[in-house]
Amino acid sequence: MTMFNKKECVAMLLAGGQGSRLYALTQSVAKPAVPFGAKYRIIDFPLSNCINSGIDTVGVLTQYQPLVLNEYIGNGQPWDLDRIHGGVHVLPPYQKASGSDWYSGTANAIYQNISFMDRYDPEYVIILSGDHIYKMDYDKMLTYHKQNNAACTIAVIDVPLEEASRFGIMFARDDGEIYDFVEKPKEPKSTLASMGIYIFTYSKLKEYLIANENDKDATKDFGNNIIPALLANNERVWAYRFDGYWKDVGTIDSLWEANMDLINPKIPIDLYDPDWKIYSRNPVMPPQSIGKNAAVQNSVVTEGCYIDGSVEFSMISNGVTIEEGAIVLDSILMPGCVIKKNAKIEYAIVGENSVIEENAQVGSRPENVENRDEWGIAVVGHNLTVSSGSYIKPKQIISQSI
Amino acid sequence: MAVNMGNVMGIIFANMNESVINEITKNRTMGSVLFGGRYRLIDFPLSNMANSGVDEVAVITKENYQSLLDHLGSAREWDLARKKGGLHILPPFGHVEAGLYRGRLEALYGGISFLKASRADYVILADCDVVANVDFKPIVNAHVDSGADITIVTHTGLYTNEEASSSTIIQTDESGRVCDVLHKPNMAGECTACLNMFVMKMEFLIQLLEDGNARGYFSFERDVLQRKVNELNIRTYEYDGYFSKIHDMRSFVKANTDLIDPENAKKLYLQDRPIYTKIRDNAPSKYDLNCIVKSSLIADGCIIEGEVENSVIFRGVKIGKGAKVKNSILMQDTVIGDNAVINNIVADKDVTVADNRMLSGSEEFPLYIGKGASV
Repeated sequence: MTMFNKKECVAMLLAGGQGSRLYALTQSVAKPAVPFGAKYRIIDFPLSNCINSGIDTVGVLTQYQPLVLNEYIGNGQPWDLDRIHGGVHVLPPYQKASGSDWYSGTANAIYQNISFMDRYDPEYVIILSGDHIYKMDYDKMLTYHKQNNAACTIAVIDVPLEEASRFGIMFARDDGEIYDFVEKPKEPKSTLASMGIYIFTYSKLKEYLIANENDKDATKDFGNNIIPALLANNERVWAYRFDGYWKDVGTIDSLWEANMDLINPKIPIDLYDPDWKIYSRNPVMPPQSIGKNAAVQNSVVTEGCYIDGSVEFSMISNGVTIEEGAIVLDSILMPGCVIKKNAKIEYAIVGENSVIEENAQVGSRPENVENRDEWGIAVVGHNLTVSSGSYIKPKQIISQSI
Repeated sequence: MAVNMGNVMGIIFANMNESVINEITKNRTMGSVLFGGRYRLIDFPLSNMANSGVDEVAVITKENYQSLLDHLGSAREWDLARKKGGLHILPPFGHVEAGLYRGRLEALYGGISFLKASRADYVILADCDVVANVDFKPIVNAHVDSGADITIVTHTGLYTNEEASSSTIIQTDESGRVCDVLHKPNMAGECTACLNMFVMKMEFLIQLLEDGNARGYFSFERDVLQRKVNELNIRTYEYDGYFSKIHDMRSFVKANTDLIDPENAKKLYLQDRPIYTKIRDNAPSKYDLNCIVKSSLIADGCIIEGEVENSVIFRGVKIGKGAKVKNSILMQDTVIGDNAVINNIVADKDVTVADNRMLSGSEEFPLYIGKGASV
């Protein structure tokens, strides 16, 4: 059944992954719902990109721990995605007359929602993932896709050769047409990495999804199956080069780095641009209150915080309390956490609503650790208490109160 | 018996008392005066009503209400975008012969057809000059239980001459019934002041309005509270929570800066009764390498490179390198240039202070810089 309003382009956002490499931070929430950049959650970036690019119909495919994510997305109003036709729709796996299945791969998840896409009769579908921080105009990519009369356009970014083995690597001719693709090569021979953003001409997407689904040996994945199949059949697959800021935040280290990038004036991601706002659900809190003993420098702070301690090179989310004498350095404090008197947080991530009691310490500077291999970001999960005087070592991740 | 707050209508007077800070209200209503870093004064009565379970609110406007309309929108931020009830804006209505209304009675009479069509049994009237977090449920219940015609929300305490002479002062007899009403008296000391919030039956209000219209009455204070003090059963409800009443520029500044003390802020911004406001989707605030910020309130979207002390900084303000901001209130999107020094200033929206400028008011007379000015 086609709905009343046809949509030229519909976005499908893959938000079902567990994000297991974020450990305690994704134990109870899906990765796209992990807090980021003081007042955002990761999913705010692709959702805001959609609305800023003129895409007003977004399906969010959820599977792992969807409660927080579902509540956060709600009716989509914070992103202007509460629409009479279209808007944002959360799409969990569902039971069908023919049976019921969990999403068994990225391609399978989209396949299971063909009927959702059909309702809007789209010409194009853009596939997005919920674990990247970037600002991108998808409309420019769509124009490029149309100009090339492509079946599929893949957004790519140049990465350093030594990091290329972590990505799907493309080989493209000078005009942009992709002739080969290797998923996570051991010895990469190109530095054009897939950003996990695909625009498909919908008729082609449907054709290949159905064929993939009927292939019993397939892993039902875009990178492993759909893209190689398109190339094998000589379909027109094009690379769309993106040269802005883009960061995968799938690991503790990359999540920490991407947060710190927002403080670094040399990193080109501007969240203050009124023409490309990143929207988020507002927590309804008073302004941040900076006390008489506070020293805050080189940091990003948002509403509802009370700071009376020292904060440097840190990301302080809404509703955080930092008491007198507490020190927070090079760290990320997620919403609602409390750092009591004289506690010390260094190179650490403290999860939502966790409490660090007086004189406790979480993490340490790299120069204070003899063996550098033992150093890393310390992580306290959500809703935990670190008792008075205790010490969470660098690289340690706790998911239970101590 | 507990009243169903769904049967209570809130009425907010957006323009009332605006002459007390006429510099700031030159181009806007009292309700749209910026407050506390990210709010407008109307956010307080409106959030209080929404949090008390009132789901139908009428806002009465007079002049210059464009900024108010922009702020309120569909009132979704206050959860008042409803199918049943919700927010209604009542601009001045044509059939008051004198044109613009002269007082509360005339203002309400302009919306009498709206009031008559309402199914609400009770009304709460409130102005925008009191910053407080008020739960109206016990007030409406006390009103019903006491059998009063009108319940006035009051606060008893020590008042200066300035405060008392800008308020309505209430005296009650032993039974708690109001026996005398002094409107803006020249007095000081311990007294009971009206917080410009009233509760009554809708039917009773409509009667008052029709009677007032027939007799040419327009002032609620003079023509109802004073004139009918012996005839009506008028009672008070003593509010004992945190509040600030704005009666001049100095008290406006104090109401803002008082909230820098976290103990005061805790009493106003209650977790279970949040104060809502229009969302601007600002990025969080950025504190730069050499900034020094102490004892201040900072809203989102600010970029702070200089020093800030004992000040209230609204959304989107930029403070340049080496700038020093003390004892000041900088409203939305104001820009303070590098090495500028400002003290005891109230800068309205979009003010630009050039590099190296020095500007100073005094604690008694803060210097006000109008909206959009470049200094």
